[in-house]
Amino acid sequence: MGDRIVRFLLPVVGVAFLLFIWAALSANVPDLPSPMKTWEESKVYILQPLEKRGEMDQGIVRLAAYSLFRVAKGFLLGIAIATPLGFVLGLSKVFNRMFDPVIQVLRPISPLAWLPLGLIIFQKSEPAALFTIALCSMWPTVLNTIAGVRTIPQEYRNVAKVLRLSRVQTFTKVLLPATLPHVFTGYRLSLGIAWLVIVASEMLTGTPGVGGFLWQEYNSLIYAHILLCILTIGVVGFLLDRMMGFVEMRLRSI
Amino acid sequence: MAFVEVRNVSKSFASAGKVREVLSGVHLTVEEGEFVSIVGSTGSGKSTLMAILAGLQIPDSGTVTVGGKTVRGIHPDAAVVFQNYSLLPWFSALENVRLAIQAAFPDWPRTRQVDQAKRYLETVGLGKALQKRPGQLSGGMRQRVAIARAFATEPRLLFLDEPFSALDALTRSNLQQVLVKMCSESGKSATAVMITNNLDEALLLSDQIVPMTKGPRSKLGTPIPVKLPRPRTDAQLLHDPLAVRIRAQVVERLAEFVHEGQREARKSVEVPKVAQSKAIEEQL
Repeated sequence: MGDRIVRFLLPVVGVAFLLFIWAALSANVPDLPSPMKTWEESKVYILQPLEKRGEMDQGIVRLAAYSLFRVAKGFLLGIAIATPLGFVLGLSKVFNRMFDPVIQVLRPISPLAWLPLGLIIFQKSEPAALFTIALCSMWPTVLNTIAGVRTIPQEYRNVAKVLRLSRVQTFTKVLLPATLPHVFTGYRLSLGIAWLVIVASEMLTGTPGVGGFLWQEYNSLIYAHILLCILTIGVVGFLLDRMMGFVEMRLRSI
Repeated sequence: MAFVEVRNVSKSFASAGKVREVLSGVHLTVEEGEFVSIVGSTGSGKSTLMAILAGLQIPDSGTVTVGGKTVRGIHPDAAVVFQNYSLLPWFSALENVRLAIQAAFPDWPRTRQVDQAKRYLETVGLGKALQKRPGQLSGGMRQRVAIARAFATEPRLLFLDEPFSALDALTRSNLQQVLVKMCSESGKSATAVMITNNLDEALLLSDQIVPMTKGPRSKLGTPIPVKLPRPRTDAQLLHDPLAVRIRAQVVERLAEFVHEGQREARKSVEVPKVAQSKAIEEQL
């Protein structure tokens, strides 16, 4: 019983500590709103989360939904490319040697660098944002899929050989199930990155969403809303990761 | 020409810059319908020989022919039972067996494949565990699934790579009986090659026992026929004079190998043969 209370209380203490630091900082930095002030100025967005008053002036859940939708599209595009790519590179030494340097060079490029390129190619902000999300988020999936394919136990490969499974059967019955947990670890990491990238891309393109709102409110000098956005981004990212982690755990338990 | 012929097979592995010859000039013939056991201690290259027989590995030199044809890849009529069960953990017992049937008989309708899988799983005593995943089964039950999977494809040729060595003595003895039953029930008697480090197991199941020399550079000795009536039981094998004589013969042969090996290595100390035989038997 006492154990359960402690387990519930400890995170509360952690959050209280963060609020304390925040309050202390805001007392010394003139432009930084205090937690109370942030709540006062933001509560209309939280208490009417689905309200739409203008293009950017919308409830926080609505704004987050725009961002999530965009992330979903970019992420799905990314993994749609990354998963088959990972399998090909994992199965073929030749392809892997060929493309490994390319991957290693493209991987560390920041979304802020990709976005202008996307704008040049697509001329519109929405496809440029998707392009950026997909390009930045795909690498963990590529690398994890490669690792997954490489680490399939010889035992399973032998089963496929001994049963004389066809190429298609070997892929669907042995290769795919054996690599699935690795692939999903890749998906989880990719989604995390996609969510990081969305803010940057919305800031630069000014499209409605949590990131777009954040940048607009910064320009309108309403700093409390910046903090609202930061907290929203954090909470949504946390929930996404938990969700993917749950799916991943289910897959690994097989 | 014998059904399975292994001629002059050699295989080496290079590891850490050293080339280790595991098999050197291995000969073996197995007639159709025969159950042959290859007996040797651990590290004698038994598993390498099995991998070559099954077509999982290619020998450096020499040939393996099955039914007059050189083995390239896995033989279509062969099934393999591995020491480590090698079931796919994401499928149920039924699906594991059905997958083998599906690969062997792609023309069969699904219901027939399922029926066949069920029948073989029931034969090995797993009628109530059809939907269980390998992770939910004990080691003995997993190996039952593996045996059902091997027999369900109605193979003409069966390779058994230390099939029971990961199991405890009691389970082991149960499964040996399952194997005897499966062998006698499969209409046309399947040809089988089993690798084992257990002499009792070899006596119980085989028509011939082939001793294998200690590695590296393992060879196979002259086959020793086991002309004991079937069905055989463990108890009978302990007391039957012929069985006792055959056992002694195999142990003797294995001891000679050790002896030869020592002479080759120019070891001056001569170990009395009887003591050595004992040591070998313990090793097995």
